[in-house]
Amino acid sequence: MHAPANPFTVQKSSSRTVERVAFGIFRSATYFILVCASCVFGLILFKGGQTVFQTSFPFVNVPFLTQAPETLYVFEHDGKKMQMGDKEFRAYKEKLGGVEIAAESYVYSSGGIFPCIVGTVLLVVGSMAIALFIGISSAIYLNEYSNQGRFVHFIRLAILNLAGVPSIVFGLFGLGLFVLFMPMMQNFDNPAAPSIPVGFGHFLNFSGWGVSLLSGWFTLAFMALPVVITASEESLKAVPMGFREGSLALGATKWQSIRTNVLPYALPGMLTSSILGIARVAGETAPIMFTAAYVVRDKMPWDVDHALDTLFQGVMALPYHIYVVSSKIPQNEYTERVQYGAAFVFLVIVMGIALTSIFLRIKMRNRYRW
Amino acid sequence: MKNSLAEPRMNPPETSHVPTPATLASTDDATKQTMIEVEKLDFFYGASKALHDISINIAAKQVTAFIGPSGCGKSTLLRCFNRMNDLVDIARIGDGQIRIHGVDIHHPDVDVIALRRQVGMVFQKSNPFPKSIYENVTYGLLIQGINDRKKLDEVVEKSLRGAALWDEVKDRLHTSGLGLSGGQQQRLCIARAIAVEPSIILMDEPCSALDPIATSKVEELIQQLKGKYTIVIVTHNMQQAGRCSDQTAFFYLGKLIEFAKTEKIFTNPAQKQTEDYITGRFG
Repeated sequence: MHAPANPFTVQKSSSRTVERVAFGIFRSATYFILVCASCVFGLILFKGGQTVFQTSFPFVNVPFLTQAPETLYVFEHDGKKMQMGDKEFRAYKEKLGGVEIAAESYVYSSGGIFPCIVGTVLLVVGSMAIALFIGISSAIYLNEYSNQGRFVHFIRLAILNLAGVPSIVFGLFGLGLFVLFMPMMQNFDNPAAPSIPVGFGHFLNFSGWGVSLLSGWFTLAFMALPVVITASEESLKAVPMGFREGSLALGATKWQSIRTNVLPYALPGMLTSSILGIARVAGETAPIMFTAAYVVRDKMPWDVDHALDTLFQGVMALPYHIYVVSSKIPQNEYTERVQYGAAFVFLVIVMGIALTSIFLRIKMRNRYRW
Repeated sequence: MKNSLAEPRMNPPETSHVPTPATLASTDDATKQTMIEVEKLDFFYGASKALHDISINIAAKQVTAFIGPSGCGKSTLLRCFNRMNDLVDIARIGDGQIRIHGVDIHHPDVDVIALRRQVGMVFQKSNPFPKSIYENVTYGLLIQGINDRKKLDEVVEKSLRGAALWDEVKDRLHTSGLGLSGGQQQRLCIARAIAVEPSIILMDEPCSALDPIATSKVEELIQQLKGKYTIVIVTHNMQQAGRCSDQTAFFYLGKLIEFAKTEKIFTNPAQKQTEDYITGRFG
């Protein structure tokens, strides 16, 4: 007996071929991203890793992480090719009795990047605090208090537009507003700027905050605001309406209801997305190059006369330092070390912030689950 | 807010309303004290009118059921009683008044917070807070600033007993309220509502998400509570209205069609629409 003919035999048709081609394209596009990412990360990890790690104890290049940048001198002496940092080079010449040695010099290529790490951390922490405060406050207002009218629609439009502003424009905005215009309370009348006398020999001088941490914080915070507000609003929306209604029906004021029954459950989501957004903004160079970052600065941020002065000084920052060392000094075997090393450390810092936010989310989600 | 805010134009309830058939029916039992008086209430969502000229008097310490097909405005009216509709931007009261304890609840002198403490609410979807059972029950007191541990302990036991939940949860008061079953959650919400000692409890389809056993427990509870509280319950389930209410109001398309004693509505309705709905011809 013959088995009945299989009614489901594979048949060649053009629609099958088209499908195969289409999915092939989708797949390769996706893999392409993977390849690009691996190239970028691979190169930085490989080359930067050589700077940051070492084969002997303590396996991490401590001087690179704890010293300030120095100029690197490359020279030939006694028939030997030598590389030395600024201080070492001078001591070497001194030892030889003050001889002049012709040397090639490469700025910032010796020493470490400690001031940049400190500056970046300060910038991130400060701007995060400001962005979270303003962003969460306005998200609460927009989502919980305001009437959804034309005005609020307009505000949302403004926030969306803010997200589309190029970072260099934020930098220039920060320069114009914070660096050059914001008022300072001083005990003299600054003749170069408009000032308002406030009595007791003090004047509110509209002379700006200068290139300072404070200016950088606000500029970065403003840039992060759209992300923070949007993320916070999403988190607030995700809290079931029943929690609000339940507490309001028990005679809670709106703020009591928000504080006890909305914010605790929205906060994990708010923090996670906001911190991720801020981590991205923290990597921007343009907003800080006019407002907070110095190419080089000898003093550390805590070397100040008054504690308050800390806010009104510029800092070195990793993104700007990377920009400087990769575009202002020649690319060669002597400068590569600091270029890739700085990029590597910066990646690790940004990744650390992102991981923190994910860790925070897991931790807090477990506490509040509904 | 009991008496000090009495409206100047407030009249004794017996004469305060136009004698439409609906309100007449409610005065069948004139000896009952009126708790909620609604007078010619119009209610709008934006431009669309959700309630048309509703007048109804709800008696104290009785169970009043609101029935009607979806979208007929029964929940909207219920949510007017504790002004939950204030939360909806486009919601607006047109003409008319709602008086509770004889006070116009939309009068500027009325504090909506104080009103809601008097008028508790249980929602369709049980919404215990993601906190412990204990914290759920004490929430209403904590926000009033009452945090005497002894007093709170007392209230928790009293309220949970009142909601017929005490024996089931007394050993795990500090575990999450979300760990309870659906019916227990709904009774927890009732316990939470009675913890602040309201005079009225509004229930918005409290059993619609519950299985029959849990439903019967909640219904039993309603019977126990009715001696102490005025209960208004919105329900889709006509058997439920029949089983646990004293008075029943039938709404259709934003109008109050008929309001009478429950037996009368279910055995001898005055209006054709009521009869059609009850016998299942529509809705």
